[in-house]
Amino acid sequence: MAGPLCHERRFLLTVPSSTENLVLIREFVTAVGQQAGLDEVDVGRLELAVDEACANVMEHAYGHDDTKEVVVRATFDLEMLHIVVEDTGLGFDPGSVPEERLECLIASRKSGGLGMRLIKSLMDEVRYEFVPGQKNELHMLKRIHRA
Amino acid sequence: MSSPFKIESSIRDNLSVVALEGHVDAHTAPRFEEVVVAELAAGRRQIVVDCTRMTYISSAGLGVFMSYVEEIREQGGDLKICGAIPKVQATFEILGFPEVFDILPDLEAAVRRFRDVPVREN
Repeated sequence: MAGPLCHERRFLLTVPSSTENLVLIREFVTAVGQQAGLDEVDVGRLELAVDEACANVMEHAYGHDDTKEVVVRATFDLEMLHIVVEDTGLGFDPGSVPEERLECLIASRKSGGLGMRLIKSLMDEVRYEFVPGQKNELHMLKRIHRA
Repeated sequence: MSSPFKIESSIRDNLSVVALEGHVDAHTAPRFEEVVVAELAAGRRQIVVDCTRMTYISSAGLGVFMSYVEEIREQGGDLKICGAIPKVQATFEILGFPEVFDILPDLEAAVRRFRDVPVREN
């Protein structure tokens, strides 16, 4: 039987690279997460992970240049929600960020790398793909647990 | 747009209370940081961040707590947190904030905690 949810659904949001648009991005992924069937806790996790990914792009990949654009693509089926945050800025390998203990970060007055730590904790799978000089993609997957 | 950001500071029982409202993200966290810096510049070292009306926080906001707590403690004060809703509390817990910060259920409890343990030692 082919119900409407058996088909993959695709969503796309493109915003200027300015942190004032993070609220728009959060509203977008929250709506997609709810439509995909995530529970309230997982929708909150998705919202935070995508916010962190986009804030990283705006601040680090694009260096606060609001003439650039951040692209968020979302796809879901019955089992999985797949989010891709795409940019054409400076590439960045999240695997290169060491995971220091919170106390060590505080002692060294550093808070860098917190966003990526959150993303890894909040999503089921995280993968980074980049083509130097062309584009960077952060892929984040969330399994959908249906009651 | 949902949940606009607001921040207010006040004095309660000789403590500085910084109340956050709405979303604290990479866009609004700099205003939170400005207020913390202003409190320190005014010589106030006992600060409660009241999160009762804060509905969301990302790493940019968490970074403000982390950037100043050590300096405040070195000067005999503390930065304590109160009133976090479950969603915000969950974010604090992912990063291990309860191991570093005093996180109290409400402002009354934070005031009492300051009286009992002015500076938390980790």
